[in-house]
Parts: sequence; structure tokens; C-alpha cells
Amino acid sequence: MFETTSMGPLLLSIRLATTTTLVLLIIATPLAWWLAHTTSRWKPGIQATVALPIVLPPTVIGFYLLIVLGPYGTIGRWWVEVTGDALTFSFTGLVIASCIYSLPFAVQPLQVAFQSLDRRDVEAARTLGASPLDAFFSVAAPLSAHGFLNAIVLSFAHTLGEFGVVLMVGGNIPGETRVISIAIYDHVESLDYAAAHQMSALLLAFAFVVLLSMFVINRRLSRR
Amino acid sequence: MSTNTTTTGTRASIAMRYVLSRADFELDVDLEIPMRGITGVFGESGAGKTSLLRCIAGLEQPSSGRLVVDGNVWQDTASRRSLPVHQRAIGYVFQEPRLFSHLTVHRNLDYGRRRAPERAVNVDFEQIVALLGLESMLQRMPDALSGGEAQRVSIARALLCEPRFVLMDEPLAALDKARKAEILQFLDRLHAELSVPIIYVSHNIGEISALCDQLLVMQRGRVIADGDLQSVLMRTDLPALAGEEAGSVVVAKVASYDAEYGLTCVRFSGGELFVSGRHEPGSELRVRIRANDVSLCRVRPTGTTILNILPAVVEAVHPDAEATVLVRLSLGSDFLTARITRRSSVELNLQAGDEVFAQIKSVAVRKIGVEPGK
Repeated sequence: MFETTSMGPLLLSIRLATTTTLVLLIIATPLAWWLAHTTSRWKPGIQATVALPIVLPPTVIGFYLLIVLGPYGTIGRWWVEVTGDALTFSFTGLVIASCIYSLPFAVQPLQVAFQSLDRRDVEAARTLGASPLDAFFSVAAPLSAHGFLNAIVLSFAHTLGEFGVVLMVGGNIPGETRVISIAIYDHVESLDYAAAHQMSALLLAFAFVVLLSMFVINRRLSRR
Repeated sequence: MSTNTTTTGTRASIAMRYVLSRADFELDVDLEIPMRGITGVFGESGAGKTSLLRCIAGLEQPSSGRLVVDGNVWQDTASRRSLPVHQRAIGYVFQEPRLFSHLTVHRNLDYGRRRAPERAVNVDFEQIVALLGLESMLQRMPDALSGGEAQRVSIARALLCEPRFVLMDEPLAALDKARKAEILQFLDRLHAELSVPIIYVSHNIGEISALCDQLLVMQRGRVIADGDLQSVLMRTDLPALAGEEAGSVVVAKVASYDAEYGLTCVRFSGGELFVSGRHEPGSELRVRIRANDVSLCRVRPTGTTILNILPAVVEAVHPDAEATVLVRLSLGSDFLTARITRRSSVELNLQAGDEVFAQIKSVAVRKIGVEPGK
């Protein structure tokens, strides 16, 4: 219903960023914990893989994802068989792509927080009767609160600003894959500068508010 | 307490056998600790005291070992059994308080209590809080506590998880002298009022003598002596015990109080001693006498300011430092240690069996708590 207004693409972007952030928290938390504590020889390889999206141009990631997620790709074909729908040019496909694209922005702050955690606190929790999982949620996670906050804000912001990957994997379908960055690009292409201005200003304001709240909360956390 | 058990364990004991190999260190112990009172574990740093505690808690996995508590097998590497840390009913007080900085003192105390399964011993929250003097700090955050306060909270936290026994790993080592004395007092009250057994690790023989009922001495990963405090302290042949704080402990009964001079007369098998302060007649005191505070005379000294002079028999003379020797004395059924210069020992020609007079310059006394379990 918002497709004609500037709100539609913005809301879609927010929905994508929120979903991606939630999925990433579930994936990145155990991964970051493992990276923070493992002595495995696989660690450098895994770390490099996780960090790849920081270095690679979004178009490269988008290109490979298009091939893998497309109806003839390994994952894409399986998805079509199971659900009957194609992954590419769909919201689900965008979520998968965004998770890969934003993974390092969730993993790295968490890994840093987990590494700086005093393991003696976790030991104390264990001797007080907490199972390993219990000790994680009751001691390790609260003591890593700033790491979680950074991970949430960075993955959210990074997904919000996504352009190249969306263009390659999602295209430009209103209400499904037409996120705000694509919409702005569209308006500029069609020389509709007024609409581009409106959306850009909206995104600018939104991004500023999100970052500002992060820094305010971070300051409170570190004061404690 | 006895070594070389088969680690079958009986009721009311902690029986263990551990072998733990590290690159530069090996722990190899086989012992049974009675489930009562405070058992001191003494040794130089690197003797394996902390490793032993960590094995008992399950924080360290031994190469091979067996742990039987009250007849229940907690660990047996032969049958690949090992209770995970959180299922072992222990309290652990570390050298640092390790309070959770994101929780108030009250919620720190609740942490273990909420997770404690229903156990036979019921610990009363109010009682523990009062015992450790924490009433006024319950709502504070750990950052706002002094080192001594934080350590008291951590002791209370360990007690509140209703442990079968408590492990204490040098809980006073990080504190200054005044705070140490303060916590020792609290530990003393705890010993007197609660029945929970404690295994207390320290490299300070003064602390051990003040607190413990039993003592085991470790050296390079092995237990080299164990038994009740008095008898182990008397082992002048143990270099580990011969430091600055070497001394002995006797148990004495209060005979009378002299109000005019503020002195209490106590009686033990070796005679009578005067100690300062008022103590309840009939009560039992633990009297600690440092080897450095005992000097010897061939004849009964007269015209001396020293009040406590007791006849004694020389049992043995052991070499100590370059200029000193340690003399083991028997008085009645008790023993004392004296540190004197080697020169005096030669000049007096001290031999085993000689009758001498021991002059005791100062004594430290501690009231003996209610026997746990009574």
C-alpha cells in the first residue's frame, strides 16, 4: 500500500534489516564464541571466510549468490523443489544474501567481547551450579552486552545500506525486494530528483537516529 | 585423615586419588579428608594446592583419578565417570572474589542459591548475611565494595549454594593485613556456627594454625604429611613448615581469670599459661606459640619479665637456617617448637632427653568453635 510513497521501500528495508539481524544473532553468537575460544587449526580459515564480505565488492558476493541461489544453483534448485518458489528475486532470498553479506559485522564485535570476557567469571558461575548454557546466558552474555549492542547496530545498519547485493540477487520488485537504496537509485535514473531527495533525507535521518542511540546506550553501559 | 587409601571412601569423608601430568608439574595424591571442621592444605606456591582444589571442583580434568564424597562416586576416570562442575555440591572461594559485576550484591548471593538443588543441609540466608556482616551492602554493585567486603560476599555466595563442603583457595592472599585479620575473624565465626566442612588452601602457616583442625602439607605435587593440626605442626623435620611462622598449637582449658591484671590462666598437659584478655572459665582455647617466641634455659630463670616459663624435655634438635636450629620439646603430652641460635645450642650442649625451661614470650589464642555436627 506504500509502494507509491517513499515509506514503502523504507519499511521494506527496515523489515529486511530487522529479520537479518535476528537471524544473524542466532548464527553469529555460537560462531563468535567458538572463534573466541577455539585452538582448532581451522580457525584462521573460518575467520578469513567470515571476513570476506568486508573486502569483496558487493557485486562479487551478489554474483556468486545469484548462481548458488538461482533456480539452477545447488541451494536454489533444492529450494524450488521443496517450496515451489524461486529464492532469487524474493524476500527470503534477500534475507539469506544479507545474512552472508553482514555476517562479519555481527561476528567480529561479539568475538571481541567474548575474548575480553574474564573466563574466571564463567568458572565461578559453574561452581555455583550453573550449566555451561546457563552460565552463558546469566553471566557471559550480560557481561558482553556492549558486544551484542554493537553487533546488532552494525548488522542492522550494514543491511540497511545494502545495494549491490540486492541489485544482483533481488532485483527491483515493489513490496518484495525494492528496498530503499534501490528505490533511490531508480528515482535518480528516471531523473525524479524530488523523490530521491525525500527518500535520501529519510534514510539519512533514520540512520543518524539509530547510530546516536547506539552511542548513548554504549556510554551508559560502560559507565555501569 | 589417612593417605594411601584405596579410594573407596566412607560416609562423611572426601576420598580422592589424582594423577595430573603437566609439562612442568605432576600432581600425585591419594588421601581421605574427614567431612568435618577445617582442613588446611599447606605448601609453597607450585606445590599443587590449587590444582588439587580444581580437580575436586571438576574445573581440571586429571589424567587419572577417583573422587568419592560421602560414599558417592563423583569421579572415576577408570569408568569414564565425572560429574560436571555444576552438579558437584561444592562451594568455591577463589583468591579473587570473582563477583559478577552486572549484578547487585544481593543477586550475586542469590545466584548459587537459586541453582542449588534441594539438599539436606539448609542454609539460612539471613544467618549467613549476618554472619559475614553484609546487611548494609546488599543493594550495592560489586564495584562499590572494598577488597575485604567483596571477599566476604564471595564467601557468603559460596556458602549459600548449600555445598556439601567448601573449597577455599588462598582467600586472603590478595588482601592487606588489616583486611586479612577481619576476614579471619569472620571465618572463625563461620567455623563455630556452621557445620559445613572447609578445605582451606594457604601458603601462610599463621593462617593455617589459626583456623584449621587438620592439616596436610604438599610439596612438588605430593602430600608429604597429614594429620591433626598439632601433630603435623610438630614435625620439625619438614622444611616446608620451618619458615618464619613455624610454631605449635596446644589446646588448653581456661582455669581462672585475674581481673586485677587482665590475665586469663589456662591449663594444658604441659602446665599453666597466662594469656591476655578475659576468657570464659571452662571453655577451651587454642593457643598458638611461634618457635621464634620460645627461648630455652638450663635453670629456671628468675627476675625475668617473661610470665610463661614451663619445664620441658628436649626431644630432638633439627638444623634450620645457617645460624639457627629448631628444638622440639615435649611438655606433658603436648609439644612445642623453639627456634634458637646454633651457637646457643652448642654452648648449652642440648641433647635429646635434656630437661630445660622454655620461656614463652608471647602467645596467640583463639576460642575453639563448637564442634561441627553437634
